[in-house]
Amino acid sequence: MISRNLTNRYFIARTFHWFCFAVAWIGVLILAILLFHVTREGIQWLDLQFLSDFPSRFPAKAGIHSALFGTLWLIGLTALFSVPIGIGSGIYLEEFARKNRMSRFIDLNISNLAGVPSIVYGMLGLVIFVRWFGLNQSVLAGSMTMNLLILPVIIISTREALRGVPNTIRQAAFALGATRWQTVYSHVLPAALPGILTGIILALSRAIGETAPLIMIGALTYVAFVPEGPMDDFTALPIQIFNWASRPQQEFHELAAAGILVLLFVLLLMNSIAVIIRHRLEKRSR
Amino acid sequence: MKNSAVCLTFDKNVFQRRNSKRWREEFIKAGLFICASVSVLTTFAIVWILVSEAGAFFQDVSVIDFLFGTQWTPLLEPRSFGVLPLVCGTLLIVVGTALIALPVGLATAIYLSEYASSNIRSILKPILEILAGIPTVVYGYFALTFITPLLREVFSEVQIFNAASASIVVGIMVLPMVASLCDDTLRAVPDSLRQGAYAVGATPCEVTLGVVVPSSLSGIMAAFVLAISRAIGETMAVTLAAGASPNMTMDPFVAIQTMTAYIVQVSLGDTPAGGTAYQTIFAVSALLFVITLCMNIFSKILLRRFREVYE
Repeated sequence: MISRNLTNRYFIARTFHWFCFAVAWIGVLILAILLFHVTREGIQWLDLQFLSDFPSRFPAKAGIHSALFGTLWLIGLTALFSVPIGIGSGIYLEEFARKNRMSRFIDLNISNLAGVPSIVYGMLGLVIFVRWFGLNQSVLAGSMTMNLLILPVIIISTREALRGVPNTIRQAAFALGATRWQTVYSHVLPAALPGILTGIILALSRAIGETAPLIMIGALTYVAFVPEGPMDDFTALPIQIFNWASRPQQEFHELAAAGILVLLFVLLLMNSIAVIIRHRLEKRSR
Repeated sequence: MKNSAVCLTFDKNVFQRRNSKRWREEFIKAGLFICASVSVLTTFAIVWILVSEAGAFFQDVSVIDFLFGTQWTPLLEPRSFGVLPLVCGTLLIVVGTALIALPVGLATAIYLSEYASSNIRSILKPILEILAGIPTVVYGYFALTFITPLLREVFSEVQIFNAASASIVVGIMVLPMVASLCDDTLRAVPDSLRQGAYAVGATPCEVTLGVVVPSSLSGIMAAFVLAISRAIGETMAVTLAAGASPNMTMDPFVAIQTMTAYIVQVSLGDTPAGGTAYQTIFAVSALLFVITLCMNIFSKILLRRFREVYE
């Protein structure tokens, strides 16, 4: 690779620099193309009627009302389960657990769970929540499955946030006679909150977009009502998008694009809320 | 007298308070432990379900026939349960993904860690994060309505459902992960190595390709293995774009079916629960689980090797 000719070597170095520069922007280019393509296809269907109509066989009458509310229900319930369990596990592993074989085992376990394909979680939800617990295709079954899917993400980011809190804060609290829980609850946790919240929102955004586990537990594609309780049947935005995209007609593809626009908007909204909360908390803690 | 009595009651209160504090502490600790054990239970539940349901399947079909059979027609007569066509379909996707995501991801990481100013980093990294956060079903739609028509314009023999289009989007999907993991490992290489190379007169390109990349090779490999494991488990994009016809082929332009796409097909269809045909999905997901688990563990071993050298 190393040639004797200095001009040649400099030429290679410059070419390599430009090559890497060009390649690095491929991701940006693709994102731009993707957003442009989806917007161009879907924007004409995007109106209030699209948001308030139920799914239909006729493209002109089809909407995402039930899917949108199904997603809101799903994410609300998922957050209800996964936030306390996830933060609790994170606190236990980082602040309470002794570094022994047991905690190493849990550790290894969580990092392996994070790599399990989402469809396998779907199988788990199908057997345990749908069949054993008899929850059928309810929002509850869906959100419990999603909960297990995103727990590793929340736990890992909670632990990272807790690890970032300087030890001096803990030592100061202990020196004043606080118990471990008092220390964690009133000093460590508030300091770690911005990081924890970011992790939670990231995890919930992942849950919003996940389709495969919901298909596995049998969430329906045609639901002409809004869920009124956790035991109701439901559909969700990604399932509706999948259903429309898998049909051959052009109109349904455009509807799928409009659904994607709504889905991306919800994701954008959540992430901006995360940024705002984070900013506020960081300002307060300073 | 009175004074000591006051003292006594005071002491008692302290004891009581201390006791109740300790109890509360233990109670909270137990609660937190239960939270942490949820994830352990999840693992056991996954393993148990896959073993028991796939076990029932393997009572009807021998493991050898399943693993080495080349005909996959579990839903049609005559039934045949050879999983190789599905594995072959997944492999095709993985090869395509690797060809796209690994070089592009590595080059992006090299640019980010070795060349980019902090300003450009602060633009590029969030954009890559957005790319990583886009739901997989959106990528499936993108493959079906944008990349496939594009491929069909360039190559006339491309079918509507094909492996090439699916592997391109799966490649795009895992690209941010490869880039950010490789970026982390490249940045973990100590600057003294770079400075040493510059001191003996190497150009930036020679420093990067001759010193930095080789010395972080195990970390880069770990990222690659993890990316491939993601591609194997990827479901929605391949279901939408790659089709549902299990084929033993290495031609990227024809329809195939991956393991994950098969599982989706069965659960969307009206196969009655309980029969051998239905239990195939558990056998296939057990295989999927074992493959991805092995790759994740392998990646972790590689990463530990990298850390042992530099951290």
